[in-house]
Amino acid sequence: MTTKLEMYKTADNSKITTWFKAAPVSALPENGGACIKYKDLQIAIYNFSRRNEWYACQNLCPHKMQMALSRGMIGSEGDEPKVACPFHKKTFSLRSGQNLNGDCAAIATYPVKVEEGYVYVGFED
Amino acid sequence: MTRIVVIGNGMVGYKFCEKLRASAPASDFKVTVFGEEPWPAYDRVHLSAYFSGATADDLLLAPRSWYEEKDIDLRTNELIVAIDRDQKTVRSHTGVETSYDKLVLATGSGAFVPPVNGVEKKGVFVYRSLEDLDAIIDFGKKNAKSAAVMGGGLLGLEAAKAVMDMGLDTHVIEFAPRLMPRQLDEAGAAILKAKLEALGIAIHLSKNTKQITGNGKLTGLDFADGSRLAVDMLVISAGIRPRDELAKGCGLSTAPRGGVVVNEFLQSREDKDIFAIGEVASYQEMVYGLVAPGYEMASQVANQLCGKEVRPFLGFDMSTKLKLIGVDVASFGDPFGEAEPSTSIVYENKTRGIYKRINVARDGKRLLGGVLVGDAAAYGILLQMIQNKMPLPPDPEDLILGARGGKEPVGAGVESLPDEAQICSCENVTKGAISNLIERDGISKVDEIKSCTGAGTGCGGCIPMVNDLLKQQLKAMGKQVKNVLCEHFDFSRQELLDLVKVKKIKTYDELLNRVGKGDGCEVCKPAVASILASTWNELIVKQDSIQDTNDRYLANIQKGGTYSVVPRIPGGEITPEKLIVIGEVAKKYKLYTKVTGGQRIDLFGARVDQLPDIWEELIHAGFESGHAYGKSLRTVKSCVGSTWCRYGVQDAVSFAIQVEERYRGLRSPHKLKGAVSGCIRECAEAQSKDFGIIATEKGWNLYVCGNGGSKPQHAKLLVTDVDSATCLKYIDRFLMFYIRTAEPLTRTATWLNKLEGGLDYLRDVVVNDSLEIGEELEREMAFMIQTYACEWKEVVNNPELRAKFRHFVNDTNGDPTVSFQEMRGQKIPAS
Ligand code: SRM
Ligand SMILES: Cc1cc2nc3c(=O)[nH]c(=O)nc-3n(C[C@H](O)[C@H](O)[C@H](O)COP(=O)(O)OP(=O)(O)OC[C@H]3O[C@@H](n4cnc5c(N)ncnc54)[C@H](O)[C@@H]3O)c2cc1C
Ligand code: SF4
Ligand code: FES
Repeated sequence: MTTKLEMYKTADNSKITTWFKAAPVSALPENGGACIKYKDLQIAIYNFSRRNEWYACQNLCPHKMQMALSRGMIGSEGDEPKVACPFHKKTFSLRSGQNLNGDCAAIATYPVKVEEGYVYVGFED
Repeated sequence: MTRIVVIGNGMVGYKFCEKLRASAPASDFKVTVFGEEPWPAYDRVHLSAYFSGATADDLLLAPRSWYEEKDIDLRTNELIVAIDRDQKTVRSHTGVETSYDKLVLATGSGAFVPPVNGVEKKGVFVYRSLEDLDAIIDFGKKNAKSAAVMGGGLLGLEAAKAVMDMGLDTHVIEFAPRLMPRQLDEAGAAILKAKLEALGIAIHLSKNTKQITGNGKLTGLDFADGSRLAVDMLVISAGIRPRDELAKGCGLSTAPRGGVVVNEFLQSREDKDIFAIGEVASYQEMVYGLVAPGYEMASQVANQLCGKEVRPFLGFDMSTKLKLIGVDVASFGDPFGEAEPSTSIVYENKTRGIYKRINVARDGKRLLGGVLVGDAAAYGILLQMIQNKMPLPPDPEDLILGARGGKEPVGAGVESLPDEAQICSCENVTKGAISNLIERDGISKVDEIKSCTGAGTGCGGCIPMVNDLLKQQLKAMGKQVKNVLCEHFDFSRQELLDLVKVKKIKTYDELLNRVGKGDGCEVCKPAVASILASTWNELIVKQDSIQDTNDRYLANIQKGGTYSVVPRIPGGEITPEKLIVIGEVAKKYKLYTKVTGGQRIDLFGARVDQLPDIWEELIHAGFESGHAYGKSLRTVKSCVGSTWCRYGVQDAVSFAIQVEERYRGLRSPHKLKGAVSGCIRECAEAQSKDFGIIATEKGWNLYVCGNGGSKPQHAKLLVTDVDSATCLKYIDRFLMFYIRTAEPLTRTATWLNKLEGGLDYLRDVVVNDSLEIGEELEREMAFMIQTYACEWKEVVNNPELRAKFRHFVNDTNGDPTVSFQEMRGQKIPAS
């Protein structure tokens, strides 16, 4: 059960070797997310247009191991941007990956950049 | 400057450092801490979180930098091997000697491993430290399909849940004839056993393990009764053994069952400069295997050293609540009622898996203890009643049964507690301290209480009570405890609905910009989505990212991430042709089919990318959305009625279809269900619905606000013998009034229970039109009926909307992790 989770490791902005061209900006709903495939990984990307920010994290929710986070609602707690898993509404910080309303494991987060109408996600490998 | 050496950097050793540094300037004490483990102290209580992915760093009580900031010399990876009391030094395994003026033993305990042949075999583990867990995870992943846990106590069950979550076949072996023998009585333990078995854990009682078999690596267990169990792995959790070896080695007395003998000031008997705290201390032959008494000892010794007032340690309550396992279990005070003459009151409900027992003193005045299984909601307050020796209510059974017969709930809430009542036992925070914060410092959030007092940061068991206390206190202060939606809107749902109407707001973003703050969240987004839909009835997928996932994809999400498809079958009536279409669609897309409790057919297991294709075929055959996913009308069930039934007095099916088609797609604060029965025999179960209609010789009786579900409640009779048109008029008004005034996610039954004036008031509004809004409500309903459109039809015919139904945006394949297995000739999600 931990193996699926272990595939996801937070990528450190300074160590990025691959900027994966994931999708055109238009494929992402405003203030919402979508899922992309990168190798064997499923990554959720969020277009937080209200804040003019982009985030990416693992699609796998560590609570009950559901591939679901990209379908979650995003929002904020105080200033912290967060996503709520659609299954049982566990919420995770999109910055640190920490579970904000329980003691689930943190999720892995990945840097995102947007260039010339495309969204890129950064990976360390 | 006094030199303090602490041996052991576990939970209690850490707490001692924290308390000491908080109570005196760092220049008063030079502190050196030795810890045998490679990392600084971590949260052993939540060790099992490691299995669900928490890292060692997540569990740390404080990072290394904290020790540096506090000028504490932390030496991890260093085992102390000897104490020299004459020289006042300790020696570590590397040979280094360190002098002390005061020595604190906080070495905790290790797992007790019973002397059974074969414990040294590969595949046998204990459950105490991060290193143990690493070994268990590593072995479990590679080499095991099944595991046994030796010991059916508090810890054993927690370990069992953890290995079960690893996907192993799990067995619990208990020596005693029942689980948790030290906390539960026979009946309570039996219910717990049934619940664990239902979770898939096999329980073996009265088993004395004679031998662990296998050649090098274990293969199974042999029991004294001749039976045996084949398993690939064993976790021993048969109790704890205090690590008192250092004390023994320097001539301090230890208790017969282990532990350094201490007095009420936690000093060792022979040496007043040596203290023992936590699980290594034995006070009056008792070792306290819980974190709260350990914390109490730590603060006490810190206070002594700083010259602060000291409360002698005179024992500690051992009440506990089992966490994690998915079954509520608590045992408090004297669970067996044996310490003094007592009478016990027992409530048992085997079907629901609930057992509650309280022991009341013979004089009937005090609560002594008890056991709760299956529902431990009352734990906090019952424990408080014991600790504060509070008087019992006149009928003590109310404490576990709740008030019955319409009486107000018994006065056993937080408000009845005295100020000295200890709310958080881990951090020793009293009710008075929390009340003060709220009253004087204007604190109004649980998080703030947590960070100011530490309450709720230990085991977390007191959080529900802190919540209650906060609410009650704010109310008492006259601060209106306004039902605001969430941090983004300072309004109740009703106020927001009015704002939406008056300001003609049509989108979530506009509402947030005009009357809200922040960026929204999973609470206000769907609530506002529902308000907008109930007001403007526009296609909900237009604003899809504010919808709950079910509304966003117009289907219910299931385990594994697939969705279900439920076409509307009004009144439950369906032609053979349409039945065949459902069958063919199910066959084509390999969907699991089941007749639902709502008289229609559910097709399960569709991938998100298949949904539009499936619906296209269904719509083509004349079906429409059944809104099984929405907070909206579900079904109007019917019985066969006067057309066929020899008792029927009205045509229930026709009326049910009319009613269902009238309100289909209507969004509301929660889901809505209706039913029509053709006579008083009530085969459609109308009295358990939000609105239920029962035929009479003269027309219809209309019932409202019934509920099945977890808190069933019969619907109440609103009017009798009305004709069809009048009946519909009243339902229109009733539903619209509910939609206007209910809080989010409140069913009609709960709404009525909270409505001031109750049923009489509701009847006044709906039937007597006392607010003179009757016509307005009807107009609003007429608008909803006229603007209804099938959401699925719109999606199927709109390529842009259809494109949203895919799993990946950069790959056309479906989710590769979705998988199924077979059961009785159909597929179900793979487990
Ligand atoms: C399919 C069905 C069970 C079945 O196989 O028969 C079902 C399945 C679900 N029910 Fe139900 N309920 C079903 C009839 C009922 C009934 C019986 C009835 O309607 O006559 C009840 C009790 C009556 C009542 O609601 O008052 C019922 C009370 C609930 C509740 C508790 C509601 C409450 O007020 O306590 C929930 C939870 C909720 O809504 O928050 C729930 C929630 C659910 C959910 C949506 C849980 C979820 O979020 O995944 C289930 C998913 C179904 C799906 O994916 O399609 N279901 N559920 C029934 C679908 C009926 C239909 O055709 O639409
Ligand atoms: C899985 C699990 C779940 C639990 N759940 C709960 C719960 O829900 N509620 C509850 O109240 N309690 C619970 N407990 C018990 C709780 O964790 C203990 O009561 C608490 O940790 C005791 O703290 P301590 O500091 O006395 O001992 P420990 O936390 O064991 O710390 C002692 C430390 O000293 C070190 N040490 C020992 N000897 C030496 C030496 N000679 N030199 C250097 N270092 C040494 C050890 O390696 C260890 O790190 C649980 C325990 C476990 C294992
Ligand atoms: S009772 Fe309803 S919610 Fe519960 S498992 Fe059955 S279908 Fe799901
Ligand atoms: S699976 Fe994500 S919250 Fe439960």
